[in-house]
Amino acid sequence: MVSVNELRTMYEQMVTARYYEEQLQEEYLVGKQPAFDISAGPIPGELHLAAGHEASGAGVCLHLRDDDTVTAPHRPHHVAIAKGVDLKKMTAEIFGRKTGLCRGKGGHMHLFDPDVNFACSGIIAQGCPPAVGAAMAAKKRNTDSVAVAFLGDGAIDQGGFLESLNLASVHDLPVVFVIEDNDWAISMPKDRVTDVEDGSRRAWGFDLPGERVDSDDAVAVAEAAGKAIARARDGNGPTLLEVQVHRRMGHFMGDAEAYRPEADIERAKQLDSIERIADDLRSHGVEDDELDEIRERAHERVDDAISWAKEQPEPSPEEAYENVFTNPPATAATDGGNEGGD
Amino acid sequence: MATESRDVTEATETERELTMSRAMVEAIAWEMRNDEDVFLMGEDVADYGGIFSSTTGLLDEFGRDRVMDVPISETAYLGAAVGAAQAGMRPIAELMFVDFFGVAMDQIYNNMAKNTYMSGGSFSVPMVLTTAVGGTYNDAGQHSQTLYGTFAHLPGMKVVVPSTAYDAKGLMHSAIRDDDPVVYMFHKRLMGLGWMPSPSGPKTAVPKEDYTIPFGEADIKRPGDDVTVVTLGLHVHRALDAASRLEDDGIDAEVVDLRTLVPLDTDTILDSVRKTGKLLVVDEDYQSFGVTGEIIARAAEGALDDLSAVKRLAIPDVPIPYARPLEDEVIPGTEGIAETIRELHE
Repeated sequence: MVSVNELRTMYEQMVTARYYEEQLQEEYLVGKQPAFDISAGPIPGELHLAAGHEASGAGVCLHLRDDDTVTAPHRPHHVAIAKGVDLKKMTAEIFGRKTGLCRGKGGHMHLFDPDVNFACSGIIAQGCPPAVGAAMAAKKRNTDSVAVAFLGDGAIDQGGFLESLNLASVHDLPVVFVIEDNDWAISMPKDRVTDVEDGSRRAWGFDLPGERVDSDDAVAVAEAAGKAIARARDGNGPTLLEVQVHRRMGHFMGDAEAYRPEADIERAKQLDSIERIADDLRSHGVEDDELDEIRERAHERVDDAISWAKEQPEPSPEEAYENVFTNPPATAATDGGNEGGD
Repeated sequence: MATESRDVTEATETERELTMSRAMVEAIAWEMRNDEDVFLMGEDVADYGGIFSSTTGLLDEFGRDRVMDVPISETAYLGAAVGAAQAGMRPIAELMFVDFFGVAMDQIYNNMAKNTYMSGGSFSVPMVLTTAVGGTYNDAGQHSQTLYGTFAHLPGMKVVVPSTAYDAKGLMHSAIRDDDPVVYMFHKRLMGLGWMPSPSGPKTAVPKEDYTIPFGEADIKRPGDDVTVVTLGLHVHRALDAASRLEDDGIDAEVVDLRTLVPLDTDTILDSVRKTGKLLVVDEDYQSFGVTGEIIARAAEGALDDLSAVKRLAIPDVPIPYARPLEDEVIPGTEGIAETIRELHE
């Protein structure tokens, strides 16, 4: 059972994540209108926004501690927020600033926060094997920490995912795989890439429990994830979850979604997990005033993070030569092949 | 604890000689005894002891939790090694043949090699990727490559290629203790296997105690004044053979064993080239866009005025063929090296 306080926590993370994406959407378009130039403006490069995915991040991370590892894919912000990644440093990274999480070397798809053991990466299913490795380390060290790998429904045919299920299964590792099914792999609908509609059935082939949460109901996600994470923490091995979410903002910013039926876009917008969890809170007697208060606090936190990030200095060009290695070789010419060296 | 690199000829006669595989295993075992975070995983590394004897005996001492056979699933277990390393452990993961990198390269070059940089230094990946390289035993194009240049080309990996048992042990200690990902490439022909005879060179005296060989220090395996031969791996021994054949003709070749490609000891190469004025680079990897071109470029950048002649020998940009006369044709041999040194000397 999810307590009312846990509902409050999830609600706050979800409204933070939604507002964050809305604000980033605006910031991203600065300098990119009227002609769209992906390299222009304060946030250059690709930007994959996760509006509509919030229930998955909040419902799963509700059960995680700082010492639990999370790997996320290229659409990571809602998971990062729910895992407790430093919002200011994360935002500074997205704006390419020196004080960003990765000193401006990663950007929005490659956020690393060692304080809460969070990492995300841009290649499909790439985070699955490292999550298995984090789980392996936890098991070898006899800790009860766990790892969670998030992936999209477009990732379930990728070898790295399937190999990871197998390795995790045969070694009974404390890892949970969470498929966020938003119905679309960029422009490919699920029924054109697989005959298995329910991605959690991939678990069967590896003798693992698999469960699908059919709606992006944060409470249902939290309940399913709670069981899976407890199972991992208790030493009973991995689980595969699939959570239905919705893609409200296209694959990436600038995606006109010409391939997607208008009705599907409208449907995604109407199925709003945030309204649903607000109703859940109301049914527990939480007043609208308190919901407003939570929302305002979340908005303020996001606004602060964005303002802070925009004031941060850009990295100096010579920093491009740093961090190739943790222990840079003494000979500068060999550190990344550039005279600059560490 | 650490001792400096030294010439194997300094080893006392009372020291035992080891094959390269025994020397590697000795270093791994020492590190596993002294650091609980070190563990090993790979295909057939436990009961079998490694197809090329790279892990023989480790299962008996350390058990299955620390010497793990894994499914034939390189993406999963190499990526898992990255995750375990990021969690603070020091995994050694073996890729049975380097040729198999194709099924797992994303985890190797995008995760293992880049996470330190892309995290701005907040993540470290202290793991060793050991892998068997090289041909000369008729295993054809998918089991005979060295791919030295491929791994050295992509930033973020330290790349180590021992040619003797002494170097193999010291470099392995260094690799496991290093906080960065190290690709440790051992040549099958040098391991001292009963079923793939080694040349006499790689079996050397090896101290019983632990010692490290710093990365980025090439080793002059044979000093000489006339021609510089820069090489690595198996071809250190072929170059040494060629050099001794030329002694009677009054040609004094210097053989530089790179030992590590990343970092690369450019200074030793330049010092040698400044002395001899003539450079031959011998490599068992493909010729174009690889190690030979890089060494020659560095020599040209650093010592152009001292260079009077340059040549290279490498696989002539064909896949490595199976049949004996075909493989012998494309892998540089002792005779060809001697001939090329002679041409340079003229």
